[in-house]
Amino acid sequence: MGKVASMRDAVAALVHDGDVVAIEGFTHLICFAAGHEIIRQRKRDLALARLTPDLIYDQMVAAGTARKLVFSWLGNPGVGGLHAIRRRVEDADPAPLELEEYSHFGMVGRYTAGASNLPFFPLRSYFETDLPKVNPLIRPVRSPFGDETVYAVPPLKPDVTVVHAQRADANGNTQMWGLLGCQKEAAFAAERVIVVVETLVDEAVIRADPNRTVIPGLIVDAVVVEPWGAHPSYVQGAYDRDNRFYRDWEAISRDAASTAAWLDEWVYGVGGRAEYMEKLGTERAAELRPSGSAPSGSVDYGLYE
Amino acid sequence: MSEPRRDVPAAGGSTPAATGAAPSGFTRSEMMIVAAARELAGQRVCFVGVGLPNIAVNLARLTVAPELELVYESGAFGAKPARLPLSIGDPTIVTGATAAVSMFELFSFYLQGGLVDVGFLGAAQIDRFGNINSTVIGDYEHPKTRLPGSGGACEIAINARQVFVIMRQSKRSFVDRIDFRTSPGNLGGAESAARTRREEGWLGSGPSVVVTDLGIYHFDEAGEMRLDSIHPGATLEQIRDTMGWQPKVADPLPTTPEPSAEELRLIREELDPDGAYTK
Repeated sequence: MGKVASMRDAVAALVHDGDVVAIEGFTHLICFAAGHEIIRQRKRDLALARLTPDLIYDQMVAAGTARKLVFSWLGNPGVGGLHAIRRRVEDADPAPLELEEYSHFGMVGRYTAGASNLPFFPLRSYFETDLPKVNPLIRPVRSPFGDETVYAVPPLKPDVTVVHAQRADANGNTQMWGLLGCQKEAAFAAERVIVVVETLVDEAVIRADPNRTVIPGLIVDAVVVEPWGAHPSYVQGAYDRDNRFYRDWEAISRDAASTAAWLDEWVYGVGGRAEYMEKLGTERAAELRPSGSAPSGSVDYGLYE
Repeated sequence: MSEPRRDVPAAGGSTPAATGAAPSGFTRSEMMIVAAARELAGQRVCFVGVGLPNIAVNLARLTVAPELELVYESGAFGAKPARLPLSIGDPTIVTGATAAVSMFELFSFYLQGGLVDVGFLGAAQIDRFGNINSTVIGDYEHPKTRLPGSGGACEIAINARQVFVIMRQSKRSFVDRIDFRTSPGNLGGAESAARTRREEGWLGSGPSVVVTDLGIYHFDEAGEMRLDSIHPGATLEQIRDTMGWQPKVADPLPTTPEPSAEELRLIREELDPDGAYTK
């Protein structure tokens, strides 16, 4: 079966205490299943990188897996704040949390530099803002071809990147559609890559549509087949964001005790994603299916024999 | 999308006393969203920020700016959302869009490449020169309130041709001095800002309009916010009581035209039937 592994085995083998971990996906394809497994395996001292820490990092921070966040937008999108993280940042409760803060473009640029083996990524941002004052890794750089000065950010090379996708084959050749965020950059920048998919497909399916391949199996260490692994975030064409949960989290996470109780019930209290979905119920899942179908047109690549 | 609306306003009813009551028939938030949408008339490419800009821009697309190309930092260009997106990332902004691109392409080619006419942002704090804070209240290392941070706002403020802002005004949000500069506006004034933009090679010319729940501000030749229109039901006293500096005021000062029945219908029935943005 090539690189196919269970979530438990993949996380145990590829995520280590102290690692820089990136579970990417910009609102879309956020692999909560991997985050929950990391919590269950009680990984510690992780530096968690993501443009938008989102609920998954709020949960991982609440569970004590993280020493540091590397990010660019810290909120519950469309709902409010991330309260477990805010408790750590505002009140050092139960411990301080190190922050390394950029803008979205800065984070995308960091992964891009990491993926392309460059010492920095230059961008036209940060001028006259306070961000370089609080993050000394955002530095001005003079163009070698003229007088212009732009800002530079350093490469980000995660020890492990986790990417959720619609489908992959057993060798990790991965196809996704919808919002692509910066998963490609984060995967190529990483030392190790875990791909988690809704569906495992035959290699022929991948080869029939090579333009849709975002991550080649070449850089993938493990393929985990975990349907609904992105819930409560969404998977284009498969299920919608469970906004009810994003709203519920606002109340759950405001209090450390209710946050811990939620983790006990929904993370530590289940063996994995299948059990989590069983607990969520088929009715709730059915509500998240798209209201209809919107297939792409197909293209003809042609045969050249 | 035909659910009955829960928070139908009443003059002097549920509207907070601090901002007073809007005339019966619409809320202050609805007036703000409508006024912001109207400002987009004639614009072509708009980068949509998280929160209130999302509904204002979508209203504009359905009313004054049918040709508007919506750009979401999540990677959708030419989005035609069939429902109001829950946030700036939502499957509805992809289905039927002109293009779904990586964030690298979006920020590098579309934004930094100079294709965005308007960057539409929200803010936690703003000063008279349109400099924006969305990072922290208080000291950065030991914040009183940790806010979300830049997201894409910092580079949008620098690279979009102009910046629109939509936010509710209060003593806490319209401040003499912002606690952290996340997104630069007119810095310390128009002249120095123009020089800095030129020297540093910014594409944008900075903030051009701020729409609040009480009025509409543009920026004068000094680069400072000037109240150019006051919303129906709002008073100058309310305006002054909800900001940390003495505002410049246009003379004469027109009243913002009330929302039309169609604008209100679109907000209540199509864009925000749950009242998430208009409470």
